[in-house]
Amino acid sequence: MTRAAPIAAQGAGVGRSGRVALRAKGMAHTLLPVMTVLAAILALWYLACIPMNAGQSVLTAARADVAVSPESASDRRGMSGLALALRNPGVAVAGAYGQDRARLPAPHQVAAELWAGTVGEPVSSNRSLIWHGWVTMSATLLGFVFGTALGVLLAIGIVHSRVMDMSVMPWAIVSQTVPIIAIAPMIIVVLYSVGIQGIVPKAVISAYLSFFPVVVGMVTGLRSPGSMQLDLLATYGASRLQVLTKLRLPASMPYLFASLKIGIAASLIGAIVGELPTGASAGLGARLLAGSYYGQTEQIWAALFAAAILAALSVGLLGALERALLGRMGMR
Amino acid sequence: MGLVMLALLLWALGWAANAALANGPARGTAAARLAVPLIFGATLLGMWELVVRGLEVPLVILPAPSVIAETFAARTGTLWEDFVQTFLKGALSGYAIGCVAAFAVAIVADRFDFLRRGLLPVGNFMAALPIVGTAPILVMWFGFDWESKAAVVVVMVFFPMLVNTVAGLADTGAMQRDLMRTYGASYLQTLVKLRLPAAMPFVFNGLKISTTLALIGAIVAEFFGSPIRGVGFRISTSVGQLALDMVWAEIAVAALAGTLFYGAIAAIEKRVTFWHPSHRS
Repeated sequence: MTRAAPIAAQGAGVGRSGRVALRAKGMAHTLLPVMTVLAAILALWYLACIPMNAGQSVLTAARADVAVSPESASDRRGMSGLALALRNPGVAVAGAYGQDRARLPAPHQVAAELWAGTVGEPVSSNRSLIWHGWVTMSATLLGFVFGTALGVLLAIGIVHSRVMDMSVMPWAIVSQTVPIIAIAPMIIVVLYSVGIQGIVPKAVISAYLSFFPVVVGMVTGLRSPGSMQLDLLATYGASRLQVLTKLRLPASMPYLFASLKIGIAASLIGAIVGELPTGASAGLGARLLAGSYYGQTEQIWAALFAAAILAALSVGLLGALERALLGRMGMR
Repeated sequence: MGLVMLALLLWALGWAANAALANGPARGTAAARLAVPLIFGATLLGMWELVVRGLEVPLVILPAPSVIAETFAARTGTLWEDFVQTFLKGALSGYAIGCVAAFAVAIVADRFDFLRRGLLPVGNFMAALPIVGTAPILVMWFGFDWESKAAVVVVMVFFPMLVNTVAGLADTGAMQRDLMRTYGASYLQTLVKLRLPAAMPFVFNGLKISTTLALIGAIVAEFFGSPIRGVGFRISTSVGQLALDMVWAEIAVAALAGTLFYGAIAAIEKRVTFWHPSHRS
């Protein structure tokens, strides 16, 4: 919603301030479609539960001596969930939403698990999703801060040194095309073998993943001032440090925030993947892995949603910070 | 200790050579642009080799590049098998399915404004989420073989591709669309002759972002279970055996595959969007 609203726009004069009315109008403009799409996704999810869980529901019904359509179990084994659900509609619908380890748990089951994991458990319990989320988030934030700081420093170096620009920058760009997350298991195990474990190896992966987006974005940002602006500062007799602090760094802020949002999302993925290979006992990645070992699908889905909420919160927080800061700086 | 000193000397030499190239008379030429990063990379590799040998770093912490190269050469058969499993079967098929599906949905969403306004915020939101976490669920649904990896890749590339295509389809000016109207062009003609070509820079941006995501998805999904081949499988088992030379060889394969994949898409982009200002100069 960055488009400037025309003063004479429809509805601009309604209410005490045109801006408020316009914002309200804009909300309705996106809110209704977004809600419709979300409702459609939920409806599809509930619908998909029936065929996905049909095998288990029919099996349970057959064990409880309810008549099911292909009577022998060997006949049923070869059938798809959809075919089973079509031949036993009543049984499939009745059994779709209450299973313990459903192939696809229903949204309300996931929500209940999420609720039980966050509100229903004390924070110190090792079944609390808040505790696991914090374990992952602390590594993410530590790595993100280090990765961003190093990335900004390297970008400043690249902008000021031609040699660094020509030698490092192509590799920084190439590194964006490489699935660097493949290195994660190795970093964990190597650091473990030299006696470093816990938060640091995950933070190293997070730092590594947020580093390159920040470098590439900041180099673009620090170079964004035009020659007119640079010339003006040159006529003021500004030193390179003054050009950096008074022109280049402020001008790079929009680019910095764009990279930060990419960086924090990548950092979180790094921390989650960093918990996979060593069989870590705490963290959202550990919950995912444990859930997949023991077939606890609700646990997987709850951990997945917890990770999504964390990512959304951190990106949203950065977005709010961006709006506040750029607003104060008069950049939007 | 001598080898470490040699490494420092190599660093000084490489840096001096680069400084001379970058600030010397050949500074703007294409050859210098190519030579400087190559010298930098070679210097780093040389230092890596010398420092590892000089300090006698054990193999289980950091193997020397020469050892990695030996492993790479000796086990090309295994590496090729992993490459086929992870890249050709998992990543590439998922990439194709995901991108085509997202493209189709984007065209439908573009046709119906209500759908576009609903899907775009949701897609933007989903693109920022750690979607790779769906891997254990999809492995449970589609089995251990490459189908589940392709499914993870489909989910990962779908949203960035969708958001980019929708943004691209909205990227025509009012003047251009008015011109098409004065020609009496139908919706389909406007789409094919004006809006799809105009959307191509955005579409290729989505395709390029998706190359890396596809590889990440295919590799990470293998950490949750796979048949006894595949890049992610080999990395996690070799790490367990402390065979770090094999891990690095697999990382080299993944890096090469990623770079070549991206390069291929970028080359196609150059031919398709030759008219765009960023390719004209």
